[in-house]
Amino acid sequence: MILYDYVLSASCYKVRLMAALLGVRLEVKAVNFHPARDHKSAEMLRLNPQGTLPVLVDGDLVLTQSANMLRHLARQNAPQWLGEASGQIDPWLDFAGELNASLGMARLHDVLGFDADIVQVRRDGIRQLRKMEAHLAEQRFAGMGFLAGVAPTIADIACFPNTALAPDGGVSLDPYPSIRLWMRAIRSVPGFVEMPGIHRLHELAPAPERSR
Amino acid sequence: MTPEVANHWYPVGMCSGIHGAQATQLLGQSITLGKTGGQFWVRDAGGKALPVIERFGHLWTSPGQPNRDLFTIPEAETPGRRLVDCGSVRVKCSPLRAVENFLDIAHFPFVHTDILGAEPHTEVERYDVDIREEVDEVWATKVKFFQPQAAKSAEGGITTEYMYRVPAPTCAVLYKTCPPRPGEWDVITLFVQPLTEELCEVWPWMALYDDDTPMADLVSFQQMIFMQDRSILENQIPRKLPLDPGMEVPTQADLTSIAYRRWLKRTGYTYGAQVVAA
Repeated sequence: MILYDYVLSASCYKVRLMAALLGVRLEVKAVNFHPARDHKSAEMLRLNPQGTLPVLVDGDLVLTQSANMLRHLARQNAPQWLGEASGQIDPWLDFAGELNASLGMARLHDVLGFDADIVQVRRDGIRQLRKMEAHLAEQRFAGMGFLAGVAPTIADIACFPNTALAPDGGVSLDPYPSIRLWMRAIRSVPGFVEMPGIHRLHELAPAPERSR
Repeated sequence: MTPEVANHWYPVGMCSGIHGAQATQLLGQSITLGKTGGQFWVRDAGGKALPVIERFGHLWTSPGQPNRDLFTIPEAETPGRRLVDCGSVRVKCSPLRAVENFLDIAHFPFVHTDILGAEPHTEVERYDVDIREEVDEVWATKVKFFQPQAAKSAEGGITTEYMYRVPAPTCAVLYKTCPPRPGEWDVITLFVQPLTEELCEVWPWMALYDDDTPMADLVSFQQMIFMQDRSILENQIPRKLPLDPGMEVPTQADLTSIAYRRWLKRTGYTYGAQVVAA
């Protein structure tokens, strides 16, 4: 399976993370998105006329939407990641798209100088974070640590990157304790890989011994 | 703006990325730049033409009257090198903090884990630092560090040797062991464009001996490393770089940083600096 990838893209990271958690080896081909804009090159447009990244190629199958890539990887390797009912998963995949348009755009604005209505996209992102915080708090009260149950699903992987990278776009995660616990839970899933701006979970140091 | 700050050359764009007119900032002032009839130009907010130099793939200008040419990097001009335009990353930090971070080795195992450093190999051995009066530059030499994946062309861990050079207050050049060509140095630079005292556009650039790695991978590697630094840089306190010893306690590993701060203070370069002792 070949992933056309940009190392700083939150959407590309979703696919790298899902594959790592499932133990699937991807052949990663770096695309010079910034500064060369090679995702709009003739070669890339032949593969994906929309000119977006990531692109996942599996034999004859070419996928250009990250949500479909997550579904594809899970379906083929570990269907439990698809959750118990698509009705619980699909709204969060759509929500991940909204996060990409708000927090994701704020990040592209702040880091790479993209044009954006920065006040508006940050405001949208904060509204979405508050919605996610409320949902994750309810989940915890019901004994569930993830968006759609007790175990992580593709919904969590889809929403995680742009949420965790919110500070890159000038949006603080300090006000959201449930989101922070949820991020910690995702980072502790075996096989987790980081990306620039998202650190791996360091082992907690043992408590210092008390002197008598 | 004092002459000590204004009279330097600053990077304001990547030559291959400049087409029509575009607006940016330099030292808190609005400027416009562009390319007309094959010629690059920069103007200040009042429309006055500023001097330009095209070098290292970037466009340089100065709001003052620089009393010397922009520095050169002779090593980067030897034939056979790949010149790598890395674009820019914007960081909410003092331009001096961005340079100082680039000069620091001790953070490698913790911020660039398993790439430029790894526990337990955290010790920074003693190295040499001096302010070279004759060229007015800061140099650190004989820097050695164990690195799991020193460069895109490196396979497996190696002890990498470095030299650091600060040829201008917001620019740093790193000379690094070149895995495919022992005896030569890879050149990796950090050109910082101070937008304001607490916001900068950072333009990394490289001149490497590496004929095999695709360009996109070279750029990705550099951007990955720099973005790992970004969140750290944006959270450093105080926001401006203190030039006087006070609230920060340096260790032996910080020799380069100490020399850099001393040099800035001595030359009166205070943009992005905290001058009053905390």
